Amino acid sequence: MSYIKPLIHHPLSKQNSVGYLKSDYEGVISTLCAGCGHDSISSAIVQACYELSIEPHLLAKLSGIGCSSKTPAYFLSNSHGFNSVHGRMPSVATGANLANRDLIYLGVSGDGDTASIGMGQFTHVIRRNLNMTYIVMNNGCYGLTKGQDSATADEGSKSKSGSVNRFAAIDLVGLALELGAGFVARSFSGDKSQLIPLIKRAIQHPGFSFIDVISPCVTFNNNVGSTKSYDYVREHNEVIKISDFVPEKDEIKVEYDEGTSKKVKLHDGSDLELSKISSGYDPGDMKTALLRLQESRVNNQILTGLIYLESDSQDLHSMLDTVKTPLNKLREADLIPGKKELEEINKSFA
Amino acid sequence: MKPTNIDDPEYFHKVVDCQYACPAHTPVPEYIRLIAAERYSDAYMVNWESNVFPGVLGRTCDRPCEPACRRGRVDEEPVAICRLKRVAADNKGDVRSQMPQGPFPANGKKIALIGGGPASLTVARDLVPLGYEVHLYCEQKSGGGMMRSQIPSFRLPESVLNEEVDYVLDLGVHTHFNTYVSSLRDIRSKGYDAIFVGTGAPRGKDLSMLPGRDEARDHIHIGIEWLASIAFEHTNKIGEKVIVLGGGNTAMDCCRTSLRVGGKSVNVVVRSPIKDMKASPWEIEDAIHEGIPIHENLVPKAFISENGKLRGMTFEKVKAIYDENGKRSLLPSGEPEVFIEADDVLIAIGQENSFPWIERDLGLEFDKWEMPVLDPVTFQSSLSNVFFGGDSAFGPKNVITAVAHGHQAAISIDLYCNDQSLKERPSPYTNLVSQKMGIHEWIYDNTIANDDRFKVPHADQSITLKDRKKEVELGFDSNTGFKEAQRCLNCDVQTVFVEDRCIECDACVDICPTSCITFTQNGEETDLRTRLSAPSNNLSQDLYVSDTLKTSRVMVKDEDVCLHCGLCAERCPTTAWDMQQFLYQVTKAGNTCQIIT
Ligand SMILES: Cc1cc2nc3c(=O)[nH]c(=O)nc-3n(C[C@H](O)[C@H](O)[C@H](O)COP(=O)(O)OP(=O)(O)OC[C@H]3O[C@@H](n4cnc5c(N)ncnc54)[C@H](O)[C@@H]3O)c2cc1C
Ligand SMILES: Cc1ncc(C[n+]2csc(CCOP(=O)(O)OP(=O)(O)O)c2C)c(N)n1
Ligand code: SF4
Ligand code: SF4
Ligand code: SF4
Ligand SMILES: [Mg+2]
Repeated sequence: MSYIKPLIHHPLSKQNSVGYLKSDYEGVISTLCAGCGHDSISSAIVQACYELSIEPHLLAKLSGIGCSSKTPAYFLSNSHGFNSVHGRMPSVATGANLANRDLIYLGVSGDGDTASIGMGQFTHVIRRNLNMTYIVMNNGCYGLTKGQDSATADEGSKSKSGSVNRFAAIDLVGLALELGAGFVARSFSGDKSQLIPLIKRAIQHPGFSFIDVISPCVTFNNNVGSTKSYDYVREHNEVIKISDFVPEKDEIKVEYDEGTSKKVKLHDGSDLELSKISSGYDPGDMKTALLRLQESRVNNQILTGLIYLESDSQDLHSMLDTVKTPLNKLREADLIPGKKELEEINKSFA
Repeated sequence: MKPTNIDDPEYFHKVVDCQYACPAHTPVPEYIRLIAAERYSDAYMVNWESNVFPGVLGRTCDRPCEPACRRGRVDEEPVAICRLKRVAADNKGDVRSQMPQGPFPANGKKIALIGGGPASLTVARDLVPLGYEVHLYCEQKSGGGMMRSQIPSFRLPESVLNEEVDYVLDLGVHTHFNTYVSSLRDIRSKGYDAIFVGTGAPRGKDLSMLPGRDEARDHIHIGIEWLASIAFEHTNKIGEKVIVLGGGNTAMDCCRTSLRVGGKSVNVVVRSPIKDMKASPWEIEDAIHEGIPIHENLVPKAFISENGKLRGMTFEKVKAIYDENGKRSLLPSGEPEVFIEADDVLIAIGQENSFPWIERDLGLEFDKWEMPVLDPVTFQSSLSNVFFGGDSAFGPKNVITAVAHGHQAAISIDLYCNDQSLKERPSPYTNLVSQKMGIHEWIYDNTIANDDRFKVPHADQSITLKDRKKEVELGFDSNTGFKEAQRCLNCDVQTVFVEDRCIECDACVDICPTSCITFTQNGEETDLRTRLSAPSNNLSQDLYVSDTLKTSRVMVKDEDVCLHCGLCAERCPTTAWDMQQFLYQVTKAGNTCQIIT
C-alpha cells in the first residue's frame, strides 16, 4: 500500500491570493477504507480552504475519536491540530477559542462522536455559539469499531449483517436548529459542488456553523437496505440549490427571475445567492426551515443545502465581552495595569 | 465523446510517450524496470529486439523519446532514457545465448544489401534467421556505415560498435567489404530475389561558388569526408587555427575532433542565431564545455589566401528577422564585415543523397530532387524488388530512424518473397497484464521518486582532449543508473477503467495528485476539456472517456499528466480502476525475434 503521496502536482496548478497551492492544504495519504465518504469531505475541506486563501497557520483543526475524527491527519498538514478524546472535541475547541480568538476553528466529528458520547458537549457548544465550524461526517454507524448502529441510524435501516435498527434516529440538523445554531446545513460527501461552497460559507460565518454531511461507510454501511449508502442518498437527496458565493467586489448581477432566487447578505458584506427548487424557501426564516425539515422526513427525503442562516449572530466572545487580544499576546503591562488602575477599580466599590 | 476504445492497441501505445516517439517503438519503461531490477542482459535484449544497437544508441541516439517523456511535463527534466540504455549495455552479461542461434535452414532466397550502415544491418538481422541468404556490399572495410566513418570515437568507442555489428554479421551474413557497387544493373543481374539500398546520404554540401574557394582548396575540407579520413586514419592532424562552418551535429563533431588533432584555436561559425542551430542541445553543450566558441549571425563571404596560403575567411554580419509565421530571414546588419583567421576550414553545412551508381534507364523512378520514389510504408521503389531505407530513403536522419526503416523494409522483403501483399502489415504484438498482487500491492514499483535528473559524469578533459579515441562520457554507474531508472513513471502501466464496477464515490478523484480524473456530464471534446478537474490544454494527449455511469455522468481522464502512481486504483473500493501493464512490440519480419520477458 502506498503511504507517501507523490510530491508532483499538476504543472498548471495556481497559487491562491496568499501564495499557496492546493497541495499545500493537503495532509498525508488516507488510511481509511478505500471509497470512504470521509475522504471526499477531507478533499472538500482542502479545496474550500485553498479557495478561501486561508493561511494554513491561522487555522486549527480539532476532532474526537472515530474514522471521521482521524481525518484531520489527511488534510491541512500545515495547520494546528488537536485530536482529543471521544466526544470531547467541543470543550477543547472552546478552550482554544477562548484563549486565541484570532484562529479559525474547524471541528471534525462523527455521528457516534457527536450524537452518542459527545452529545452533552455538542449541545452546549451550540448553546454558547462558539465561533467555529463543526462538521459531522455522518455514516450512521461506528465505523472505527466495526460498524455498530449509531444514534443517527434511521429507524428501519438495515445493517450489513442484516439486523434492522429499531430506534428512531436523532436528527442533528433538527437538534442544531432547536438549540439556536446560526448556520445549519446538510450535505452529501458525494456532492462536492454543494459541499465546498457550504464549507466556505460556514467558515466565514461569525458564530457556530454546523454541517451534517452524510458520508457513506463503504465497508460497514453501504449495503442494500441502509439509508446511508451511496445509492440510497443519491436517490433520496432533496437539494436546496445554492449557487456559489459572489464576492461583493465582483459586481456580478445574477440574472434569475424574481421569485426564483433570493439574496442573503452575509456578515462580511458578501452576498449569497439562493435559488429555490420549491417556492417559499427562505433560509433566514426558522419557521420555514423547521417546516421543510419536517416535510422531508415525512417524504423520506434527505434535505441538503443551506437550511438555516441567522444573519445577525453574536458569538461567545461578544456575549462575554472578552478581551480582543489573544491571551498569548497579552503583555505584562496589559495584565498588571498598575496602582492607578487598581485605585480606580477600588473606587468603584466605594 | 464516444467511449474510448482501449482495445485499439494504438490508444495505450500513445500513452507510453517515449515508446510512441521512438521511431523503432522500443518498449522503454519495460527495459528501464529491468535495469532497476539489475537484469541488465534482459534489458539489453528488449532493446536489441527493437533497435539492434543498444550500446551505440545508448551513447549517440538523437533521443526523440526524451522531449516526449511524460516526466518532462511534470518535472523539470525528462528521464535520461538514452543513457539508461547504455547502463544496460555496459553491465550486461552474455547476451549471445539469447540471440537467434544459427545456422538457419535456408529458404532458398537470396537478398543483396547495398551499404553497410545501420539500415542494412537491421535488414540482415531480421532476415538471416528466416533462412535468407543475405549478401552485404559496402565500400568500407568493415560494417557500421556512418556509425564508423562519421561518429567520432570519443562519442562512440570502436569496440562498442564492433561488438554490435558483429552480433549481426555473425548470424551468417555474406559480407563483401571494400566493394563499391557501381551499377545497380550488375547487381540485378546476379539473381537476387530482392535488393535493399542502404547507402546513406554520402555527399557533404560544399560552398563551391564562394570567392577564393579554389585557391585555398588544399585547406578546405568537407566535414563528413574529413571525419571519415580521421576515422580511417588517412589523416591525423589539422592546422592550429580552424574554422568550422555550420550549426548541425556534424559541425559539433568536426570542431571537437579538430581540438583533438592539433587545432588550438577552433571557431564554429553559424549563419543563424545560436538558438536556431540544428545540433542537439547536448552536443552544443559538450562543444562549449570544451571551450569552443560559437559565432552567430555570420554569413561566409570569401576565403582569403595570401601567397597561395589560406589566411582566413570574411563574413557578413546579419540579423535574423522573423515574420508573423515565424519564418526567418537573415538581413545584413550593416556592421563591418568580420575576418576570422584560419589555417584550415571544415565545411559542415549539410548532406545530400546521391545515387551515381543507379542507372536511370532501369525503370527506378526518381523525383525532381533526385530522390527515389518510394512507398512510405513499405519502402518499395518503383522496381518491385528494390527497397530503400535509412538516409538513402528520405534524406539524412539518424541511426534509430535507419533501424526503424530496416525493420519495415525487412517485413516488406519477406512478404514480397512469399508472394504476399506488402500492404498487409503485421499487427503489433500486445499484452495487457494486471499488476495487482494482493490488496493495494502492485508488481511494479509505483512510488514516485523525487530526484532530479542525474548528470552523466565526464572523463577529465586533460585526458580526453589529448586522445581522440578516449570516450568523453563515462556513463552512469549502476547505482546512479538505478536511481535514474526510478525516475521513470512506468507509463506503460495503464489505468484501466471498468464502468460497471464504479459506485461514483469520488475516491479516485480525491486522491489523484495531478487531478487527472473528473466525473461529469458527457460532451464534445472541446467542451469537456473546459470542465475537467484541472486545465486540459495539451491537445496532443487524449481524454479517456467511459461509457455512461449510473448517475448519467461519464468518467473522463486526461492522460496528459497522469503519474501512473496507481493511487486511483489503490483508493478505489470496487476495483473499477486497475493498473495493467501494456506491452507493445512492433512485429518483425517473419515474427521470429519476439522476446517476451
Ligand atoms: C558527423 C555525423 C555525426 C552523426 N552523429 C549521429 C549521432 O550521434 N546519432 C545518430 O543517431 N546519428 C548520427 N548521424 C547520422 C547517422 O550516422 C546516419 O543517419 C545513419 O548512419 C544512416 O544509416 P544508413 O544505414 O542509412 O546509412 P549509412 O550509415 O550512411 O551507411 C551507408 C554505407 O553505405 C556505403 N555506401 C554508399 N554507397 C555505396 C555503394 N554504392 N556501394 C557500397 N557501399 C556504399 C557508405 O560508405 C556507408 O558505409 C551522424 C551523421 C554524421 C554525418
Ligand atoms: C471513551 C471511549 N469510548 C468508546 C470508544 C470506542 N470507540 C472508538 S470510535 C467509536 C465510535 C466512532 O463512531 P463515529 O464517531 O461515528 O466515527 P466513524 O468511525 O463512524 O467515523 C467508539 C465507540 C473510545 N475510543 N473511547
Ligand atoms: S470503516 Fe467505514 S467509516 Fe471507517 S474508514 Fe472504513 S468506510 Fe470509512
Ligand atoms: S495513476 Fe491514477 S491517481 Fe495516479 S496520477 Fe494517474 S490517474 Fe491520478
Ligand atoms: S474510486 Fe472507484 S468506485 Fe470510486 S469513483 Fe473512482 S472508480 Fe468509481
Ligand atoms: Mg460514524
